[in-house]
Amino acid sequence: MSDTTPNQTTDERIKAEPLISRLMKRPELGAIAGVILVAIFFVITADSAMFTASGIINFLTPAAQLGILAIGAALLMIGGEFDLSIGSMVAFAGLFFGVCVMVWGLPLIVAIPITFAFAGFVGAINGFIVIRSGLPSFIVTLAFLFILRGLSLVGLKWASGGSTQLRGVRDATENDWLAPVFSGDAFPGFFAWLAERGLVETFSNGTPKVTGIPVEILWFVVLALVATYVLLRTPAGNWIFAAGGDTTAASNSGVPVKRIKISLFMVTACCAALVAIITVIDAGSTDARRGFQKEFEAIIAAVIGGCLLTGGYGSAIGAFFGSIIFGMVVIGLTYTNFDQDWFQVFLGGMLLIAVLFNNAIRKRVTGER
Amino acid sequence: MTDDSKFHHGAVDDKVAPIVQMQDIQKHFGNIIALAGVSFDIRPGECHCLLGDNGAGKSTFIKTMSGVHQPTHGKILFEGKPMSFATPRDSMEAGIATVFQDLAMIPLMSVARNFFMGREPTKGRGLFKRFDVEMANDITMTEMRKMGINLRGPDQAVGTLSGGERQTVAIARAVYFGAKVLILDEPTSALGVRQTSNVLATIDKVRKQGVGVVFISHNVRHALAVGDRFTVLNRGKTLGTAKRGEITPEELQDLMAGGQELAQLEGSLGGTV
Repeated sequence: MSDTTPNQTTDERIKAEPLISRLMKRPELGAIAGVILVAIFFVITADSAMFTASGIINFLTPAAQLGILAIGAALLMIGGEFDLSIGSMVAFAGLFFGVCVMVWGLPLIVAIPITFAFAGFVGAINGFIVIRSGLPSFIVTLAFLFILRGLSLVGLKWASGGSTQLRGVRDATENDWLAPVFSGDAFPGFFAWLAERGLVETFSNGTPKVTGIPVEILWFVVLALVATYVLLRTPAGNWIFAAGGDTTAASNSGVPVKRIKISLFMVTACCAALVAIITVIDAGSTDARRGFQKEFEAIIAAVIGGCLLTGGYGSAIGAFFGSIIFGMVVIGLTYTNFDQDWFQVFLGGMLLIAVLFNNAIRKRVTGER
Repeated sequence: MTDDSKFHHGAVDDKVAPIVQMQDIQKHFGNIIALAGVSFDIRPGECHCLLGDNGAGKSTFIKTMSGVHQPTHGKILFEGKPMSFATPRDSMEAGIATVFQDLAMIPLMSVARNFFMGREPTKGRGLFKRFDVEMANDITMTEMRKMGINLRGPDQAVGTLSGGERQTVAIARAVYFGAKVLILDEPTSALGVRQTSNVLATIDKVRKQGVGVVFISHNVRHALAVGDRFTVLNRGKTLGTAKRGEITPEELQDLMAGGQELAQLEGSLGGTV
């Protein structure tokens, strides 16, 4: 033993940690720094319209649609698994929802819950196969990427009589009392009130330029908060970190690893279903290309948000900001003179930087040298 | 610690009833006889060392004790009553905690989160039932301080701790959750001199709280530094149990090796294997 007294509360060998180094250990730091950098970039290069209320809503909408997926993907990644089928799941859940509304004529109060239940079921199949076979989730969900995409095509042709698009969802849902929860803008009255008082920009006829906050943004924010709360402040959150950190150690300690992982697959699939429902009602139609390549974008947003590919580390808030970076760049480029196709270059570059950064952070946290 | 060279603080009275008695345990895997009749007991407040060379059956034996394997023959008595542990959870609930070599710890997670992994304290009800982080942090800091480890903070990642400190966290966790018997699987095998000494000191602290410690090792010197009784396993059988003071390191070493070969090496190694 050392010659220190047992009741001593401080250790002379441990330096007080400076704030900056404590911040460095937060998984979401990279994403927040990224948001700031990207914002600065566009403040300099883009048209000033980008940072008006309507411009912000403009880039937050795609960010939210991606972000709902990315938060699900982030939770799953922290739990140590991947789901490459979420993009296809958007199309598949969209098809199922479309069929519920159009073919079976169900009201939203029935159609939406059964769409979630159905998506959860498909997610559970994914999870079950991964857990039972012990195969990497990467390969199992890659199979489902194609299976679900293919089923969406086949199913759409069956439901629409030969086309890969199912139209008329808007007419079918327009008067449903539940539709405003999943489509359109929230708080129109509040924005109209602001416009009357001249607090927000208006068109010349007096209607506000921003008529409300698109509901997906609210869903996105609420989901990020709930996911963060679950991760940091509930036993289930601790189990997710544990399951992703080391499966054996976790189950030896009594963590229900299998249940956690299967539940995470279900949550991710339900996030895809939520995006499907919102976009299908909004667009009024569903088609087989919906959610195309979204699985990669969601995973990239999660990684930018600080999730480690190896699991056990990351944050939902990080994924939230990762998605905002995404939306800012996709939409932001249209406000600049740059060619829009720079987007993909940017995406790859961002991913590379994020992975390198995360790797360094992980070494810091675990004290690897 | 003032007398830090000696971790031993008195043997337990023979009359104290054992917590766990393992009687004539046999374990067969197909046609392989891993354990061919092992008897072992552990009393509260003692450190009983289980010694044996590689392949002697130490691991199989402790896995039987912790409920991972079920014995083919033989009886397990827990506090005098026959018990059969179907899963590790059963034995854990009875009060037998095992610290395996992998320690069941997650380097990326904080000490506090690891400490309470799978047994998180909660507050609130229903939908607001949540992980009581403050309580978890306080308990972790207190328990670790008791074991002589000053953490930078409860949010320090386990990955930043040394091997000996991790071992201590695992031991402190088991004791905090009410272990009556603590099985330590080669806790000192991968550690340096200083860290070994810290872990041995921890074992002594735990023993003083009345916990029975089963210390598995193939290092005679580590065992002698802290053990009260010594049982040697060889080729799936117990070669006998000796009390502290009744046996010399050389004799123990010979028993472990089955009385062969090592005798010739003794001279060149100076008896310090």
